[in-house]
Amino acid sequence: MALYATYRDVGEVTVVDMGGRITLGDGSALLRKTVRQLLDDNRTRILINLADVDYIDSSGIGELVHAFTSVHNRQGELKLLHLTKKVKDLLQITKLYTVFDVHTDETVAVKSFR
Amino acid sequence: MAQEQKHLEVVLDTQVESVNLAEEMCLRVAEAAGFDEEMCYRIGMSVREGVINAFHYGNQERPDKKIHLAMDIDDEKFTIRVMDEGKGFKLKDVPDPLAEENILSTSGRGIFLMRAFMDEFDVVSGRTGGAEIIMSKWLPGSAHAPENGQSSPSSQESPRKDG
Repeated sequence: MALYATYRDVGEVTVVDMGGRITLGDGSALLRKTVRQLLDDNRTRILINLADVDYIDSSGIGELVHAFTSVHNRQGELKLLHLTKKVKDLLQITKLYTVFDVHTDETVAVKSFR
Repeated sequence: MAQEQKHLEVVLDTQVESVNLAEEMCLRVAEAAGFDEEMCYRIGMSVREGVINAFHYGNQERPDKKIHLAMDIDDEKFTIRVMDEGKGFKLKDVPDPLAEENILSTSGRGIFLMRAFMDEFDVVSGRTGGAEIIMSKWLPGSAHAPENGQSSPSSQESPRKDG
């Protein structure tokens, strides 16, 4: 699957739809660039939809953590939506599944932002 | 029927593209050896992490240094070796990424993932003076392989917290 990241506004939440592999190189760089761009634009309520991301390596995990802490440092919130099984498994074994607020329903996820 | 012994060795440049290349090569060998999709995923991920480790930590992303990748298949297991040209490291010095103080670290999970996804894992001093990661997966049907050929990563032991 080709790598992509687009975003859209749902109320006051910015939903980032990502697809492809978030790995060392282009995938991690795209995630970093996208989140940086949103923060530069003062968008601090971010929901990352990972439905089309079927592969993440340690570099991608690190980038997700970086995004999470960057948004929190701006008093914002970053949440995850629609994890694929492999991504969910990875977050579970790295104990990050409980760090991130993970959702399976976009409407519920959007409403959960402060 | 006994598996024919096979050995493949390549020298990779220290560049990001080598990570994907190494993964692709090992996946082809793993598929040919009969590993199922889930096992191939774990092997591929481990190779990625090994080469990322060599690229970033071992060779410090220096293009004048090389990454040495070797694959061996015998009757029982598929063994992958990744050697860098850095200064080497000891496993006991690697921080535990599951420790509370490291959970939000943006790096340091590669060794953990390799240990979780492979059946055997070690780091030794390589002939280059750098680190050599040696990791193996039991072949499907071998005496050591789990009966159903699967093992959940969450059932794996966490890396020990040394030091």
